[in-house]
Amino acid sequence: MTSTPENKTAHFLKDRIIEIIAQREFSLFLVLALAGIFMSAMSPVFFTWANAEAMLLALSVDAIIAVGMVVLLISGGLDLSIGSTLGLTGVVTGLLLNSGVPAWLAILLGLFTAMLVGLANGLLVSKLKINPFITTLGMQMMIRGLLLVVAKGKAVLNLPESFTVIGQGRLFGIQYPIYIMLVLVIIGEVLVRNTRFFRQSYYTGGNEKSARLSGINVDMVKIFNYCLVATLAGVAGLLITARFGSSSVTVGGGLELRVITATIIGGASLSGGERSVLGAFLGAAFMAVLANSLNLIGVDVYWQNLVTGLILIVAVVIDVLNEKRKTQKK
Amino acid sequence: MVAVLQAQNIVKRFPGVLAVDHVNLDLEKGEILALLGENGAGKSTLTQIFGGAIKPDSGQLLLEGKPVSFSTSADALNAGIAMVYQELSLVGSLSVAENIFANRQPVGAANFVNWGSLYQQTQAFLDRFELDLDPRRLVKYLSMGQQQILEILKAISTNPRVLILDEPTSSLTESETKFLFENIRKLQKEGMSFIYITHKLFEVFQIATRAAVMRDGKYVGSRLLNEVSENDLVSLMVGRNISNLYGDRHFKQEAQPFFSVKGLSRKGYFENIDFALQRGEILGMAGLVGACRTEIGRAIFGIDPLDSGKISLNGEEVNLKNPRRAILKKVAYLTEDRKNLGLFLSMGIRENIISPALEIFTDKYGFLERSKLTQYAAQKMVEYTIEAPNPAKKVIHLSGGNQQKCLVAMWMSIDPQVIIFDEPTRGVDVGARSEIYHKLREFADAGAGIILISSDLPELIGMCDRILVIHHGRISGDVLRNDFDEKLILSYAAGIDPQTAQARRP
Repeated sequence: MTSTPENKTAHFLKDRIIEIIAQREFSLFLVLALAGIFMSAMSPVFFTWANAEAMLLALSVDAIIAVGMVVLLISGGLDLSIGSTLGLTGVVTGLLLNSGVPAWLAILLGLFTAMLVGLANGLLVSKLKINPFITTLGMQMMIRGLLLVVAKGKAVLNLPESFTVIGQGRLFGIQYPIYIMLVLVIIGEVLVRNTRFFRQSYYTGGNEKSARLSGINVDMVKIFNYCLVATLAGVAGLLITARFGSSSVTVGGGLELRVITATIIGGASLSGGERSVLGAFLGAAFMAVLANSLNLIGVDVYWQNLVTGLILIVAVVIDVLNEKRKTQKK
Repeated sequence: MVAVLQAQNIVKRFPGVLAVDHVNLDLEKGEILALLGENGAGKSTLTQIFGGAIKPDSGQLLLEGKPVSFSTSADALNAGIAMVYQELSLVGSLSVAENIFANRQPVGAANFVNWGSLYQQTQAFLDRFELDLDPRRLVKYLSMGQQQILEILKAISTNPRVLILDEPTSSLTESETKFLFENIRKLQKEGMSFIYITHKLFEVFQIATRAAVMRDGKYVGSRLLNEVSENDLVSLMVGRNISNLYGDRHFKQEAQPFFSVKGLSRKGYFENIDFALQRGEILGMAGLVGACRTEIGRAIFGIDPLDSGKISLNGEEVNLKNPRRAILKKVAYLTEDRKNLGLFLSMGIRENIISPALEIFTDKYGFLERSKLTQYAAQKMVEYTIEAPNPAKKVIHLSGGNQQKCLVAMWMSIDPQVIIFDEPTRGVDVGARSEIYHKLREFADAGAGIILISSDLPELIGMCDRILVIHHGRISGDVLRNDFDEKLILSYAAGIDPQTAQARRP
């Protein structure tokens, strides 16, 4: 084949562009943009700042946890206990604050509590080889039970302003949780895509045996990832608590399935080893836009679950068909 | 010359067996040593000891004269002993580059991967082996053969002194095998040493310089390959002379076929397949990997749909649209992939053997008759010489040969008239092979028709009464027993008409 340097570069560019378009992240981005255009035509409220802010605040909780969840799924793990962990962190921090502990220390202790839950999950899964589904399902119930016991079944109210500022304060008119979400997503995306440390999760989830052979400390990777997702659930728990100025014992129920759904829509195959933080974030954003849009159009809230479930299955079906096509093409 | 790897008095005992029994073995620098033996002879235990996956009970390993001991495979790899197992260890969702340099990606500040340098190094590495692959391509989109080659290259990329290959060619095409052998020879010249495990004896003569033989955990001896014949090696492996490996033929060509297919086609796979089978006949199907022989067998058995074609059995047309129908018509298909498609690995021998014929063991209320089926399974285990302590033994714990015998016993429970047997002896040792061949002869003599799909040409020539050669989904040759000739069959398989010696366009 005779190829001049120019058309080689052109080829290279074309290939890369096709590659980008073929990514799940790109199609999600496109869908989001289309949804935005459609919604601004449907509802005058959609593109108002108040609506966008409400949507972003709701998104921040899911997206922050999704950053950790996607890494965990990549390494072949799964965590169903994050909703409870989120609740526990809020209650523990709230109780500490009300007993006079300074805000910074209460926050640290709250996050530490969350991390301990992750550590317990990670140890059970990696050292005792207990199935992650069972481990974290059990943990979900235990932690929810524990937090009810600790809070005696009641919400913790009247939190000091030195704490609530992290959920309510503004910079350039935008609330802190939105910045925190953006920072975590960007850092997560860059680190997971590019550092050797986080790439270890791909090998671990893809093929544990060969990951070990490549010198990866598989147990350490798993434990780290369980701690990471739990700590991020803690962060989300603190932000919710601060935003509402109180910590409820029921907060975070059902959250785990929503976050897992978001990461799957964003391309994190449940069988491990695939996709990215950006995808997970876009998946979460997609679900936030969907919920918001359905509200604005006036669809009954009862329909929303049905639509979300349908979209989850459709996303996976598209993925399966896509893979089939690509495999046959070679 | 000092040996690169020496095993001294290695012993490994597992519950109930002495897997490796005081083995002494030397591997010279730059040598390709074939390690032979039947399944259960201890080859894989021994090589796993070399590779650090198993710790020996006693004995000493010397690497370039220095004593070494490994507690993990990673230790052995660091010391320069790499092992490529039959199962793939690649990560499908990562690129070729990240698979080769697994956890060894070039990194810059803060352990950030330097992608440019990673792809460049990978390209240079692939170029060295003249392998045309895009370093960025995701591994899951590669063919099985490409993945297998990549697996081996990944091991080579760690620059080992000793590379252990376990059945590396099991899913390679002819040209991929040739590619692999050329590169092995190239690395051999550069001083790399190889231990090569295979059941394909003809390959041993192509690639290895010396063959070491193990039997029942013991080291039997080694032979230079230019001094021995295939038969000598077989005798060493089984410890007795196997003169009549394939058994005696009794079949005579008659006029009346009882099973025939006409115009079988499946778009994208095969086209216009016609053949007829007589009672007692063993009909071979030869061809290269990718010729779609397996697909033909699967379609006849009703697993994959046919686009057109007719199948007749005993003079009437039958519609075998799914395996259930095929089984009712007493057609059996024994898959080439016994682990994934053939057996229920985590179930017992008993449950496996009876699985295609559950109704025989069911009483009128729909309950399984335990005592009847245990008795049946125990009897079959004797009949098929399946070596296991009891019928409840899980199939996953059996050797390849014993698993294959289970597969045969399982399908004989439907008392088939037509038996399609895909790769009957893949991963099966010589002793079990001979037993399977003799069983096949028995079925044929009892009146069944057998279609034997195999990539092992000596096996087809030894067993069959007639051989159909498939090339790109079409029958390119039909050879009767008196005309059997390896060269002739190979040229048909490659799509070359031996009369004109012209390559046929697919």
